[in-house]
Amino acid sequence: MSAVTHRERTLSLWGKKINPRVFVGGEGRPVIFLHGAGGLLWDDFLDALAKNFTVHAPEFPGTSPGEYDAIKLLDDWHDLVVYYAELIDELGVKNATLVGHSFGGMIAAEIAAANPRSVEKLVLVAPLGLWRDDTPIPPWLSMNGEEMSEVFFHDKEVAKRFMLSPDSAVTHPDLLLAATWALACAGKFTWPIPDRGLRDRLHRISAPTLLVWGDSDKLVPPIYAEDFKSGIANSRLSLVPGAGHAIIHEKHSEAARAVCDFIGT
Amino acid sequence: MKVSFFGVMPHRELPDDFERRYKSVWVDPPFTELADPVRVGQYYNWTLDEYVHAAKAGFDGVCLNEHHQNAYGFMPGPTLMASALARETNHLNTAIVMLGSTLTTNFPLRIAEEYAMIDAISGGRIVAGMPPGSSMDANQAYGVPPIETRERSAEAHDLILRAWESKKPFAFNGKYTKLPKVNIWPRPIQKKPPVWIPGAGSASTWEYVARNKHCYCFVSFFGRKMAQNVLDGYWAFNDQYGLDRNPYRAGFNQVCVVGETDESCERENAKHIEYFYKRSLHVPEHYWALPGYQDYPSLEKTVRSGVLAKMTEKLAQFKTYKYKDFVNDEMIIAGGPETVRDRLIDLSKRLRVGNLMLVMQLGSMPPELTKKSIDIFTSKVLPQLRGVWGDEWENHWWPERCRDKPAVKSVERANA
Repeated sequence: MSAVTHRERTLSLWGKKINPRVFVGGEGRPVIFLHGAGGLLWDDFLDALAKNFTVHAPEFPGTSPGEYDAIKLLDDWHDLVVYYAELIDELGVKNATLVGHSFGGMIAAEIAAANPRSVEKLVLVAPLGLWRDDTPIPPWLSMNGEEMSEVFFHDKEVAKRFMLSPDSAVTHPDLLLAATWALACAGKFTWPIPDRGLRDRLHRISAPTLLVWGDSDKLVPPIYAEDFKSGIANSRLSLVPGAGHAIIHEKHSEAARAVCDFIGT
Repeated sequence: MKVSFFGVMPHRELPDDFERRYKSVWVDPPFTELADPVRVGQYYNWTLDEYVHAAKAGFDGVCLNEHHQNAYGFMPGPTLMASALARETNHLNTAIVMLGSTLTTNFPLRIAEEYAMIDAISGGRIVAGMPPGSSMDANQAYGVPPIETRERSAEAHDLILRAWESKKPFAFNGKYTKLPKVNIWPRPIQKKPPVWIPGAGSASTWEYVARNKHCYCFVSFFGRKMAQNVLDGYWAFNDQYGLDRNPYRAGFNQVCVVGETDESCERENAKHIEYFYKRSLHVPEHYWALPGYQDYPSLEKTVRSGVLAKMTEKLAQFKTYKYKDFVNDEMIIAGGPETVRDRLIDLSKRLRVGNLMLVMQLGSMPPELTKKSIDIFTSKVLPQLRGVWGDEWENHWWPERCRDKPAVKSVERANA
């Protein structure tokens, strides 16, 4: 499988004070991909999407190189939603399909609820954003690498490729720094409970919506898929067997195929 | 030199297999499995007794701090303890060193009010420490997003100082606290209560301390060796900032126990020291700083300088340490009066610290042994520490009425 070449661009947003890096690759209809709490990685999943579409993958504020303090400029959830509206305008993408994974899914759902007409189609891959007292989402920010690996991954072999180990401070200091800070930035909007009231706004989402979930997701268990499905009028669920929360790494082909089939060409 | 007694109000009777059965002493251990409310009432009273004993024996100050959801030291309301101590020490000249109410886990105005109350009750003896709160406390127990810890602390600090100093009610439009009319009653007796800021070596904290003219405290249980870099960094920073080298600009926290001799000290205290480091400090390494608790430059420094790797190694080492290893590694200062005196003088000079805090009640240590250690220390060691810094420097970070013994005013007169 040959990798799709992607390029980088930098946007200038929020009165030129936030300058996120955006990875862009592929050709065809525009797809905006919002990454999860661990940061952006152009991997097999995005490669597969870029074979069919133009993928725009912006980095979350604070996680682009040299931008660590940018996160301080967004005070609350309202700021963040307005920021993403500005980002989509600035990308110059009309009628975009939004694809969001995990924390990125929580943001994508919120954008689609805040401004339903701005989103053509919506794909939520194991999104955060809802809360059930009977199935609390584990507090990943307070976990060590081993514990995180346990709740994020179903496949331990895949986990080993993506998770940092205790000696990463010595072997991969850059990766450790980037991942830690990405978690810190996402933590501003997900700690201690990743719920900012989306449940009350789900009804506003009018875009056709695909939910993609691993059947072994231990972070956001599939029971949450039912809540999203019943809350979003025009939605359907694709449940992928043998995948955990990191479904886009563990079952990237299956996940990408489901997304491509849904978006069409 | 000013020397204060520090007790942390620990669980003193954790089971022998505690660290094998439980993930952490902080955040996670279930109270109902491990503690009995009646017995815990006894711990609080023992702790108060030890504090009062330390004050009467001649310590310059008593230090209190705030921690939540743990068996290491559970004083969730340090001002409750301080209030009782302020009252009980009114005939003495002991500073009430709050190190203190944590800025992120309290409504800031409440801290301003309670500190003012303690200053009022004590006749102007409070040291107003303003810690952000540990990551376990602020982020886990109280749910503050780690990345907001510093910003919230700085804002609370500004509000508290303004609330004390403002002559007229004012509106406060902070990011985290918004108030139409700030007009607290009471106000502290001290015009400017001394402010101590605990830190862990972040350059941003040094800058903040320097800018506000506060005292910087390094609160650690790992002794001089681990502190040397931090304090050296602090003094180098101050030099660059253009501040003098007044040793009272710095505070340090040292674990210390004293016996009649080195041998008897070891015999009596070894198991309590080991209990403290193995059981009371049984905290998973990553709990000390959830992602975002350190700002980015500090995180980068920790990762790239190798401090993170060193800490990991050190924390693993402690688990196999015996009393003698803790002594030899300078993590604790323990022994007979001469040993303790020499080590404390050496430590103070090498770190350049004028405000010394000694943790003298640790983990399972019973009240009688704690008091014995206090008595030997105050009679045989403390008098020889007082003059370490001569009379070259004034301790601006100590309550004014406690600075010189002869200047004691009675509370009645202070309040008249």
